[in-house]
Amino acid sequence: MPVLTCRGLRKEFGGHMVLDGLDLTVDEHQVVALIGASGSGKSTLLRCVNLLEELDDGSIELDGEEISDPRVDPDLVRRRIGMVFQSYNLFPHLTVLENITLAPRRVHRRARAEADAQARELLDRVGLGAKADAYPDRLSGGQQQRVAIVRALANSPRLMLLDEVTSALDPELVGEVLTMIRDLKADGMTMVLATHEMGFAREVADQVCFLDGGRVVEAGPPAQVLGEPTQPRTRQFLSRIIEAGRL
Amino acid sequence: MSLLEHTPSAAQLRRTAYRRRQTVRSVLVAASSTAALGTLLVLAVTGAPGWDRVRESFLDPSIARDALPAVLAGLWLNVRLLVCCAAGALLLGLLIALLRTLRGPVFFPVRALAAGYTYTFRGLPLIIVLYVLTLGVPGLRLQGMPPVLVLGGLALVLTYGGYLAEVFRAGIESIHPSQLAAARSLGLTYRQTMRHVVLPQAVRRVAPPLLNDVVALQKDVGLVSLAGPIDAVRAAQIATAETFNYTPYILAGVLFVLLAIPLIAVTDWVTLRSARRQSGG
Ligand SMILES: Nc1ncnc2c1ncn2[C@@H]1O[C@H](COP(=O)(O)OP(=O)(O)O)[C@@H](O)[C@H]1O
Ligand SMILES: [Mg+2]
Repeated sequence: MPVLTCRGLRKEFGGHMVLDGLDLTVDEHQVVALIGASGSGKSTLLRCVNLLEELDDGSIELDGEEISDPRVDPDLVRRRIGMVFQSYNLFPHLTVLENITLAPRRVHRRARAEADAQARELLDRVGLGAKADAYPDRLSGGQQQRVAIVRALANSPRLMLLDEVTSALDPELVGEVLTMIRDLKADGMTMVLATHEMGFAREVADQVCFLDGGRVVEAGPPAQVLGEPTQPRTRQFLSRIIEAGRL
Repeated sequence: MSLLEHTPSAAQLRRTAYRRRQTVRSVLVAASSTAALGTLLVLAVTGAPGWDRVRESFLDPSIARDALPAVLAGLWLNVRLLVCCAAGALLLGLLIALLRTLRGPVFFPVRALAAGYTYTFRGLPLIIVLYVLTLGVPGLRLQGMPPVLVLGGLALVLTYGGYLAEVFRAGIESIHPSQLAAARSLGLTYRQTMRHVVLPQAVRRVAPPLLNDVVALQKDVGLVSLAGPIDAVRAAQIATAETFNYTPYILAGVLFVLLAIPLIAVTDWVTLRSARRQSGG
């Protein structure tokens, strides 16, 4: 059974159809990369899956349960899904450790000592143990984004949604974040990531989906979608990316 | 290391010396202009034809000494009222601001009531609220009517709660939606998001204007004396009526300023700190 199934998703903003009957399936331990022009609806799709946006039509299933049913408690769903944003969105008034333990303590009602120990262990594993008691504004962009990933992982999610997590970073800081995502894949995490890093998509994704006009226009293994695209629009998009020197 | 061992160049030494001379010069200029202005002011006031009469009726030390106990007793009332009313108004303002952020049709009446409250009490002069509560309400002759002082305090809390609610609301709305999205994506409920993510940041951001309103409240608590209780200004008024001398008013004024200084200093410090935090990124 797939971890995530989206069927016929529709979402409009003020008459502009951003998602127009979009279908997507993500199997367990699979990494799916969403590519597409800016404004093609990658962020909107991820926000819909995390129930941060209300659907106009279609259905979303997580582990076979329809989470787009209005009777489902969205707070319970979001605890099973980790989300990481382009602009990190760490809480500036909390230390790194407090950012990470907020959900375990308030949502899962873990004891403080237990939550702290788990968070420190996660931080140590990604080489940020020394930053546990620092505030986010003392960290580099790459460190902040890694903390944001750790924060999402502290909920032990079934599925991770990563929205252009390296786009706001200086080029020399991109690598450390990508390394962390590679390690997540090695651990078997199921992930959907919107990205502009075609090289990384090719390396880490099991499936690449090209979004255009509110639908997945082309999907398949990275070598096929990025190497021998069959759809004219995919080719057009990739040639623009190549011109910009990002492939 | 290299910075410590570095010997500044001749050009840098000249620059440093020049800057030091400039600093000394500006301190001297500031000091002499202040002294000149001060001397002029003192000469103008003490040299005025009516100075002796003004000094007698406004700055009489013996009258100040006699009025001091009564004015101090009044001031103690101001202090107690300030502490209680500030706490009450802050709590009420926060509650109203939170009610106004609730979404969903169920909460429509609550939202409407909260909005109506802030509109009404920000528009209504404090004196009218005071009169209605301290003179009108006891007229109902209900059982267990609280004393006039409590009713007066309630008028202050209601009026200032309206202002503070708007300050809190501005703070809550200044928090970027991405912070809410991040909190909700972690599975926090709306209430948990407010409690742990939005409010701590919002309150920090609006602490300076909040404290500013508390400083204003400090001056307004004395208005309860319109309903009978004797505050510092009212005590000064009584003393003035007995002696036909205005010195007690000056005394009360000086005491008010002394009382306000710590609060204003805290406000300035908090403002400075929050400005620095925001520019520091
Ligand atoms: N909250 C919103 N209100 C109005 N329009 C929105 C909103 N969110 C996204 N959009 C619009 O939806 C379209 C898709 O945006 P987005 O999902 O962010 O695209 P992508 O992430 O692929 O760049 C854009 O045209 C954007 O302007
Ligand atoms: Mg986007």
